[in-house]
Amino acid sequence: MTSKVEWKPLPTEAVKVAIIGSGPAGLSAASRAGQLGLSHVLLEKTDHLSDTIFKYQKGKRVLATPDRLDLRSDCRFAEGAREYILGNWDDDANTNKVYAVKQAEVTEVTGQKGAFEIKTSKGVVKAENIVLAIGTQGNPNRMRCPGNDLPHIIYTVDDPEDFKDKHITVVGSGDAGIENALGVAEEALENTVTILNRSKDFARAKAKNVSDMMEAGENGFMSIRTETQPKAVEPGWLTLETPTGEEKIQCDVIVARLGSVAPRGFVEAMGIEFTGPDREAFPKLSPTFESTVPGIFVIGALAGYPLIKHCMNQGYDVVEFINGNTGLTPADEKDLAAIFANLPQKISVSEWLEFFRQRVRIFSEVSPLQMREFMLDSKATHYRTGEIVFEKDEPGSSLFAIADGHAVVEIGGGATVKIEQGSIFGEVGLISGRKRGATIRAGEDSIFIEVSRTAALKLMAGVPGAKRVIERISLERQLLQIFRGGLTVEDLQPVVDQAQVERVSAGKVVLTEGEQGDDVYVIRSGSMVVEKDIGGKPIFLRYLPAGSFFGEMGVLSGQPRNATVKAAVGSELIKLTGESFRKMLAAKPKVREATEAAVAERAQMNSFIEARKANYSSAVDMYSDTASFIMKEGLGEATDALLIDENLCVGCDNCEKACADSHEGLSRLDREAGKTFAHLHVPTSCRHCEHPHCMADCPPNVIHRGPDGEVFMEPGCIGCGNCMRNCPYGVIRMEAAPPEKPSLIRWLLTGFGPGPGEPSPKWTKKKLGEEKPKKIAVKCDMCKGIADGPACVRACPTGAAIRVSPEEFLSIARLEEDAD
Amino acid sequence: MASLFSSLFGARRRSKATQTERVRERRHEGFLRYANFRWAKISGGLCLLIIVSYALIDVTPRHNGGSWYGYTLGTLGAGLILWLTALGYRKRKMTSDYWSLKAWTSAHVYLGLSLMVIGTWHTGFQLGWNVHTLAWALMMLVILSGLYGIIVYATLPQALSNNRDEMTQMQMLEAIRAFDRQLHAAAQPLTPQDTAPVLKALDEDPFAGGIGARLSGRYPRCATAAALHALAGRERATPRRARRWSGCSRRNRRRSDGCASISGSARCSKSGFMCMCR
Ligand SMILES: Cc1cc2nc3c(=O)[nH]c(=O)nc-3n(C[C@H](O)[C@H](O)[C@H](O)COP(=O)(O)OP(=O)(O)OC[C@H]3O[C@@H](n4cnc5c(N)ncnc54)[C@H](O)[C@@H]3O)c2cc1C
Ligand code: HEM
Ligand code: SF4
Ligand code: SF4
Ligand code: SF4
Repeated sequence: MTSKVEWKPLPTEAVKVAIIGSGPAGLSAASRAGQLGLSHVLLEKTDHLSDTIFKYQKGKRVLATPDRLDLRSDCRFAEGAREYILGNWDDDANTNKVYAVKQAEVTEVTGQKGAFEIKTSKGVVKAENIVLAIGTQGNPNRMRCPGNDLPHIIYTVDDPEDFKDKHITVVGSGDAGIENALGVAEEALENTVTILNRSKDFARAKAKNVSDMMEAGENGFMSIRTETQPKAVEPGWLTLETPTGEEKIQCDVIVARLGSVAPRGFVEAMGIEFTGPDREAFPKLSPTFESTVPGIFVIGALAGYPLIKHCMNQGYDVVEFINGNTGLTPADEKDLAAIFANLPQKISVSEWLEFFRQRVRIFSEVSPLQMREFMLDSKATHYRTGEIVFEKDEPGSSLFAIADGHAVVEIGGGATVKIEQGSIFGEVGLISGRKRGATIRAGEDSIFIEVSRTAALKLMAGVPGAKRVIERISLERQLLQIFRGGLTVEDLQPVVDQAQVERVSAGKVVLTEGEQGDDVYVIRSGSMVVEKDIGGKPIFLRYLPAGSFFGEMGVLSGQPRNATVKAAVGSELIKLTGESFRKMLAAKPKVREATEAAVAERAQMNSFIEARKANYSSAVDMYSDTASFIMKEGLGEATDALLIDENLCVGCDNCEKACADSHEGLSRLDREAGKTFAHLHVPTSCRHCEHPHCMADCPPNVIHRGPDGEVFMEPGCIGCGNCMRNCPYGVIRMEAAPPEKPSLIRWLLTGFGPGPGEPSPKWTKKKLGEEKPKKIAVKCDMCKGIADGPACVRACPTGAAIRVSPEEFLSIARLEEDAD
Repeated sequence: MASLFSSLFGARRRSKATQTERVRERRHEGFLRYANFRWAKISGGLCLLIIVSYALIDVTPRHNGGSWYGYTLGTLGAGLILWLTALGYRKRKMTSDYWSLKAWTSAHVYLGLSLMVIGTWHTGFQLGWNVHTLAWALMMLVILSGLYGIIVYATLPQALSNNRDEMTQMQMLEAIRAFDRQLHAAAQPLTPQDTAPVLKALDEDPFAGGIGARLSGRYPRCATAAALHALAGRERATPRRARRWSGCSRRNRRRSDGCASISGSARCSKSGFMCMCR
């Protein structure tokens, strides 16, 4: 694709506004400036517009979500193929008289509002205002040796088949480097491939990639050189620094995969502040997108708005603001109005926003801009006295804030607890993704704001004050739920004040059997396994899901730890000091009693297993080994996983076929793939994690937890693939639904066409012809909406396939049955 | 009978939010043991009923397929056969109403076995060289084949699992290809005379040999065995055990960023299987 844009030289005069980055945000801003006749310049690093979208796969369908949002831009944008959209934008840039400069990478910004100096790779530009729209991609790290500016050094490999019969050296041995090297090392391409690694081992890459690479090395498809670095680049040759001295090798292409720097450092160097230190933090912005440096405006993905439509609207708005248009109503005004439409009072959108900001504690530090943004992902609802907001055991991960009125929690036994206006509830689902712990009703006619999990997480990342409040309240509530017996928030103050959050990685030992210690831990996220050394072998005693506590025996008895507790998956713990905990127990004898009862129950179970171990050693060992296997497979964070008993499975693959036929013709499980222990097989299929990694970064926010605990995608996926990359278990496919198959009867009688299950890619291709349907994320939705449950389980003729949670599967009853 | 069906309801968990019921199983339970041998009991009871009633009911002149009793059993048997055949359809038709294929298989097996009694008692033991007896014999053959199926279902899965050793079909095929490449490379320095059997072995379709060979596991004309035999003694030329070929699509990768690349497929572009290389 060549760019049709009429590129210009760097302007010599100072401009009113310089726009850095020509993605949808920057381009839309420049177009508005062009339309308004504002003196401007659009500075783009590459030689084409909109590099992020330019880099999408060829033919990718770009989606225009959210549907409800109107586009307000001088550039066209609707769902369509990448090429079509980029082509339109090139034309739009010309018709809107955009003054665009290519290959002008901005490296430094100095000066202040009215007189900024922007240093680019082509020279310096002067501007009164700056719109920063550089997206979040960042820059690849460059090579540093002499000759590092030669054109045969490339930083990405679009298609390995572009390289045939070449001497290729890959520098950098992270995953990207290894994958590129394996790609170009394909036998048929006849390339001579070398991969360089500065150190001895390949610690930064996935084990799988490393073993693939080693094998390719052994088979002579590439040469792997460790402790070797490039020393000098010349056309056709590369000088290496090896442990045994210098060496010159033939080299036509260098692929440099040295990681990339996120743009944050560059942005901060301009003096722009971020909302916090976390990776998810964004620049602090005013309602007009102005950063903490007056005159520098930040929009688009960098400002935290990854959807193209948002980017384009902001580009338009920001230039209007800079041009002095203060009366502009945001494009989302009507959507917000719709959200507030069914509230009893009739006041304007901005009045509502202000009302909420003032009345709800977690919103107090939120800027009006952020407030708008996340009200779009929220619901404001009026509840009548006594109306149920949600019921106990219902799944749900949203957070509720009380803007008006109050809520009552039913804590069992007819007792209720009041939650005041300004506070929040439902935060447990937010943090642990588990079911609702109690039923909540409106205590009087009230207005509650329901904030989606993603919006709430964004809020916590963006507003440190909100994060503090939510975390404190959640901890208090969690402790109140765990330690019953008339405990109040006040009793908990000292405990909560001294509490610390600890992150532990999978497999990390938190408590060691036999050691002294009296700290008590509450599992905020993730899960733990409890093991005890019996007869010189660690025996699995118990699985502790999020929301449980451990370490209490130490406080109560003062004895050393009687079992080892380690993290089953990466987890977050809340550590309560033994001292504050003991004081609390002393003040509340009832809580002490309840805790002691729980301890007694656990102790009884431990001794049960110990007793069994003496008599039925092999059954206990088997139980324990199975548990370790399950935990090793990461099922410690599963809520519902597919487990196949290979004593029963005949390999008919009816499970996969049923899955495909119950959904849009695509199977969401891979039976064969995955690990097996003692004939227990964990196939590749979604585990509906307690804290779904896949949810972490979905631009249109379409991944949710459903009523049966399933993690599913609602329509609206834009096919970005983030979830697929984020899921550690490889269960998400990016795939387009195949066309409708002929009926089953026809296939049974005639044998023509594809039978049950996913049709072959060949058939699909033939059927579709030229048409390229859009690929979206597909994964198991636990057969959502199908009353009788997951198709894979129901369609298994032998009973080999079941879906269970680890708690259910590893229950003590299992051990009893096995031992009997 | 109440207790027979109780687990059908006991195991269900009701979700308040959807008002749907979902069967949850905590453990693996094979189709033979399904619901505590419910269908074995039902089928056994049915057989007993037939045998006892056969003895008690007096049919004149004697029990035969044409009597009212014979017709009753015949109709029952024919209906049952139709229902047994319907399994092939049920297995492949994913509808969202309540059913479990495990329950169907369980019922299929036990009720199918009861056909031995139903069919045979239906004849009144009047077997001769006629088309009726042919039909009976064919039915018995089908039932025996079913029994063989049960033996296979009971014994093969463990072997399948052990032999597979966590590999997928695609990985196995890829491994064969890798062996072929290695053998090819290893044969380079040999004399033409020694190379010939190796090449012959490489040319051979690993799945050749027909049904007889596959069922018996004996491959008398196996070129690989012949090559091993021919080369044995000349040199201890057994290739070192190749390491497992771990990535399905290693060599099939289209995009350098891996199949995991942004909008690439999680399935390998060539094999169509879930990409394991990530
Ligand atoms: C695979 C994929 C699929 C997606 N699909 C969709 C979709 O279907 N629908 C949707 O709405 N969103 C989608 N998104 C999200 C969307 O593409 C981005 O969020 C959007 O492009 C961000 O726009 P932007 O203008 O903020 O920044 P970008 O589009 O990232 O543009 C930034 C521009 O700035 C330039 N630049 C960077 N640094 C400098 C510098 N120092 N000097 C000069 N120029 C610089 C870059 O070269 C680039 O051209 C997808 C994202 C990905 C990764
Ligand atoms: C006349 C009697 C029978 C008839 C007509 C019959 C018919 C069928 C049919 C049509 C199928 C489906 C095959 C497919 O499409 O996959 C099947 C499967 C099967 N039958 Fe029978 N059958 C009979 C008796 C039996 C008996 C007596 C047994 C056991 C003792 C048995 C065991 C099985 C098994 C194990 C399967 C495979 C189930 C599965 O994996 O889905 N059958 N039978
Ligand atoms: S897709 Fe992956 S991360 Fe998401 S819930 Fe399923 S297994 Fe967990
Ligand atoms: S690919 Fe995944 S993360 Fe991206 S939009 Fe679709 S569901 Fe969300
Ligand atoms: S349906 Fe059951 S028996 Fe068939 S492959 Fe799947 S798990 Fe195995």
